Amino acid sequence: MYAFEIVRPQTVAEATAALTGEAQPLGGGQTLIPTLKQRLANPETLVSLTGIAEMKGVCTGDDGRLCIGGATTHAVVAAQAGAFPALAHLANGIGDPAVRNRGTIGGSLANNDPAACYPAAVLATGATMVTNTREIAADDYFDGMFGTALDEREIITEVRFPVAQKASYEKFRQPASRFAMVGVFVAQYADGVRVAVTGASEDGVFRWTDAEDALSADFSATALDGLAVSADGMIGDLHGSPEYRAHLVKVMTTRAVNAAD
Amino acid sequence: MTVNGNAVTGEVEGRTLLVEFLREDLHLTGTHVGCDTSQCGACVVHVDGLAVKACTMFAAEAEGADVATIEGQANADGSLNVIQQAFQDHHGLQCGFCTPGMVMTAAALLQENPKPSETEIRHHLEGNICRCTGYHNIVKAILAASGQDVETIAAE
Repeated sequence: MYAFEIVRPQTVAEATAALTGEAQPLGGGQTLIPTLKQRLANPETLVSLTGIAEMKGVCTGDDGRLCIGGATTHAVVAAQAGAFPALAHLANGIGDPAVRNRGTIGGSLANNDPAACYPAAVLATGATMVTNTREIAADDYFDGMFGTALDEREIITEVRFPVAQKASYEKFRQPASRFAMVGVFVAQYADGVRVAVTGASEDGVFRWTDAEDALSADFSATALDGLAVSADGMIGDLHGSPEYRAHLVKVMTTRAVNAAD
Repeated sequence: MTVNGNAVTGEVEGRTLLVEFLREDLHLTGTHVGCDTSQCGACVVHVDGLAVKACTMFAAEAEGADVATIEGQANADGSLNVIQQAFQDHHGLQCGFCTPGMVMTAAALLQENPKPSETEIRHHLEGNICRCTGYHNIVKAILAASGQDVETIAAE
């Protein structure tokens, strides 16, 4: 690693003040630290967000949405997001127990790895990212592989999830990394169904709108009969071809519909 | 921070990893570095009671924390604790390189779930890689350490 300083602010205001020049926020570090080891990043200062109490925890807001602090670890979400079981299930499947004790929801969303799990939950639920400067809707947030609407030194302080009537997240794991080869989050609301897919596309997480229309009319696996996903733009690597991933999208969506509760 | 109950202090660079501080500054070399990429789990320690990979956390972030390593796991009289003894009794190790991480991960599991099923144990060990044993005897040892009958798990 290149040398850098670490600062550990106690409040969002202190963190915002510290994020100047070549400073970079540090969440749980489960992606950033390996990146630094490979000398793929060279910050002057890392602003650790893990000591900010106001950015941690899970609660239900006055409007019924599940609110999760940006510095909340996957393990805490898995244990405390019981009001939204599909989300707790998703969090409990990320990485392994030690990774879940450090990795955070805000860090994962800011990184927007094309095979990460949380982006699927955020996009399928139409969640809202609250940052230190504004609120960003899920549909405006994701901007291609590793790209987001976040400004350079903007940090996610909270994520607000509308709780679905029925939902499920089904992940087909890449067996070595445990990231999603394909992961599908299906969420049913009074005004329709949303389906978000991670791991599959070269553009990162996306909504499968054909499936959303079919499932909004009839929330059953048979409603997906006849639908197919094009392999164009799907990721192809040594783990699976674009055609394989395109096929998996439908398989995992079917499983998610069957498992939704 | 405190390490295994002892208050320790040290000056470190921002980039110093927790595992480097433990091994190189405190000379607690029981915590191993296997892959250095947070895959293998040989470096698992507890920070404020939670299992973490010490190769993927900065020492500075453990400032003020309560850290537990394999060196602090034995009983007060120096004898092996129940998990360590079960690993010995059930041959839960061969070369031993992954064992510190396995024991620390098992200890964290049994704290939150004193009677885990075989499936729960295997799920919990996903971040700990062993290239010798095939995991079977490790699972058996953890079942035994939790006071459960090891005969119930699949045949060897």
